[in-house]
Amino acid sequence: MTSLEPISELKLEGITKRFPGVLACDGITLDVRRGEVLALVGENGAGKTTLMNIIMGLYRPDSGTISVNGEVVQFRAPGDAYARGIGMVHQHFMLVPNMTVAENLAMGLKDLHHFMRLDIKGAAKKIREVSERYELPVNPDAYIWQLSVGEQQRVELVKTLCLGARLLILDEPTSALTPQETDDLIERLQRMASELAIIFISHKLNEVKALSDRVSILRHGAVVFNGHTANHEPSELAALMTGHEVTLPRNEGSGGQGTPLLSVRQLRVRGDRGNLALDGLDLELRAGEVLGVAGVSGNGQREFADALAGLRPVESGEILFQGRNLANNTPRQIIDSGMGYVPEDRQTEGIVPSFSVKDNLILKDFASKQFSRLSYLSRKEIDRNAEQLKERFDIRCPSTSTATGSLSGGNIQKVILAREIARGPKALVAVYPTRGIDMGAQEFIHSQLLERRREGIGIILISEELEEVMNLSDRIAVIYKGRILKVLPAVEATRERLGILMAGLTDTDPPPAAGAPSIPAAGAAHE
Amino acid sequence: MSPDVMIYNVLCLAVPFSVAILIAALGENFNQRAGVFNLGCDGIMCMGAYVGFMLPYALKSAALAPYGNVLGLVGAMAVGAAFGLLFALVTVTFRASQGIAGIGLQMLGWGLSGTLFRHFVGGVTGVEGIQVWPIPYLSKIPFLGGVLFNHNPLAYVAFLLVPASWFLLYKTPWGLKVRAVGTHPRAADTMGIHVDRTRYQALALGGAMAGLAGAYLSLCQAKMFSDDLVAGRGFIAVALVYFGRWSPLGILGGAMLFSIAQSFQLSMQVWGIKFPYEFAVMLPYVLVIIVLALARKARQLGPTDLGKPYNREMRF
Repeated sequence: MTSLEPISELKLEGITKRFPGVLACDGITLDVRRGEVLALVGENGAGKTTLMNIIMGLYRPDSGTISVNGEVVQFRAPGDAYARGIGMVHQHFMLVPNMTVAENLAMGLKDLHHFMRLDIKGAAKKIREVSERYELPVNPDAYIWQLSVGEQQRVELVKTLCLGARLLILDEPTSALTPQETDDLIERLQRMASELAIIFISHKLNEVKALSDRVSILRHGAVVFNGHTANHEPSELAALMTGHEVTLPRNEGSGGQGTPLLSVRQLRVRGDRGNLALDGLDLELRAGEVLGVAGVSGNGQREFADALAGLRPVESGEILFQGRNLANNTPRQIIDSGMGYVPEDRQTEGIVPSFSVKDNLILKDFASKQFSRLSYLSRKEIDRNAEQLKERFDIRCPSTSTATGSLSGGNIQKVILAREIARGPKALVAVYPTRGIDMGAQEFIHSQLLERRREGIGIILISEELEEVMNLSDRIAVIYKGRILKVLPAVEATRERLGILMAGLTDTDPPPAAGAPSIPAAGAAHE
Repeated sequence: MSPDVMIYNVLCLAVPFSVAILIAALGENFNQRAGVFNLGCDGIMCMGAYVGFMLPYALKSAALAPYGNVLGLVGAMAVGAAFGLLFALVTVTFRASQGIAGIGLQMLGWGLSGTLFRHFVGGVTGVEGIQVWPIPYLSKIPFLGGVLFNHNPLAYVAFLLVPASWFLLYKTPWGLKVRAVGTHPRAADTMGIHVDRTRYQALALGGAMAGLAGAYLSLCQAKMFSDDLVAGRGFIAVALVYFGRWSPLGILGGAMLFSIAQSFQLSMQVWGIKFPYEFAVMLPYVLVIIVLALARKARQLGPTDLGKPYNREMRF
């Protein structure tokens, strides 16, 4: 596609972009050259994605210039950016699910568009070439909806390369991947980096450390730091990113001695495709402990959480909560029994996005005496409640009347957590509570969970972030193919040992030192 | 009457019944594949029916009279396309709610065609219209010849449009664009496809086909025009698209099922079977509702962004 010389340098100077009420990019200056990986780091809402959309010609900057190989360019649409060799893999994949891989690529290859004929074979051929050259296996005839998230990620990379991109922008490429898929991707990118230029957007600092040569940190739309990755520790970068020292809190106690609170016995639950996603799961939660449930996603975590919240029918088995069986109770009954729930999908299950913050905060209690009189909502009380929780949970929103869906992920999660905790639950189920959330909000949510633990609440923490599970839990249960493979005290858990268990191998003996599946450790994954 | 003659009669009648809804539904399918559902289909059919009738009627004694019918069809398609573009302006450019805009378009087409008819013509007047055209030799085949090859030329066109629109959707660059903008417009946009332009094109084509479907009713079937000629067939066409899961072949199946039911209820009256007339008329529509309610949900194959305006600078 490129008739011009291949891209060797991209330079941004003084890029500024305003959205109504927000200064998304504030005079940003950056550059990246061939053969290097630039990590672009920042919290949610720091302006990373907006900046990339400007490079791709999806948004127009209000001021500032972009130049390729020293020549100033103006991109009106992504096609213009591709013509100069710049391609982007978006955080939310830009793939049409009901079309094949080859068809998705053919959209962008205009020389395959003939009158009344689409050269789909040409697209497939191109995919095979690129996927061989860069060792990214992809089947051009597969439909996108049939592929796993990791495979779709590969398709995106191949597609972008097929379109002639030699500068790749990867927007949080690992946010939806499992630890194994993440490892795999980082490895592939390392191999590809020598002949390409890569802008890698992330807020996972261990990945940044593993992959990038240079790092630029964005805060509130402005670049606050530029430097060589090798010279800086992740903790240092984290402090620059959030503007203050970040130390994720740890569970220092040795819980697990409280009274039994919730016991799950031989739970069987079907998944969306009718398979037995939970096949005889046993688990016991005590008061005043955090029980981590670790596992590769897709091993029944979602179904387990759904069953606990009453959102999915239970085939057989018991969920005994303070002596009462909650299996197949309605969500209302479960809520009233004192169970809190922080769902996996916060946008669709945790909140009503178009409702205001204050209304989302009473979503479970709108009918209670506190918030309604004679079946009319008492607005004054709702306002008071919202202001109080906003303060206590540090919810950052223009006002409590703002639509919750317009807040950042971290703040949405704080709204959910505030609602659940303010209800004074006896047990709390938190599913991936910090997925895709920046460090500042993560720190806050973690300390909130630990504080509730000290108050005697039992917490089930379902997560695939090993760091999170190990930091917060008293005991860790490893879930594999719908069963709990093993429960071990957190003090005995190591990354290697959990990694082996998550892969489905039981460890009767002490863990072997070598040969364990590698899971990137903070700051240690660059060999 | 022997059963095979009864079946023969029902089928022979079903084919002409299916033509208008089939053409309109195949057109509506292009709209929906591009992400816009056009409830105004019915109104466009009314306009098509009016223009298709009006041109040959007005040209009766002019020099162009021999071309009256063809001009009627072409005129109906042109007016249909214009209404499609009007709908595009409202829903794509101004991003109005498609449901309300569609109801508005339906009322506009229905009211405008009736008003124009009363102003320029009034009363019941017929035209010669387009006659049945049996295909030589093929129409002589016993049973099948009568069912398949003894119809109005537009009926053959309608059935040829089924493979043609399949080819257009799945084998051409334009079809690829249409499917992409209806399912994931942002992805299409990042691949350099003009989302709005493609939706305009699809709506123009869908409108032209709805216009043609209307002209079939006035020019080929009734050979006259009246306010209630279209009688909600545009809405049936919209339902058929859902019924057929956005596939031309599925739409054909739905159109045939509906027309056979309709032809069956008509035949029952002819045979003098005692059955409440109103109930029989209702039958085909009930059938559509039942089938739609029971239809398997196949979301991954349909246009998942159906009904949503696209705004590039809208933030997630």
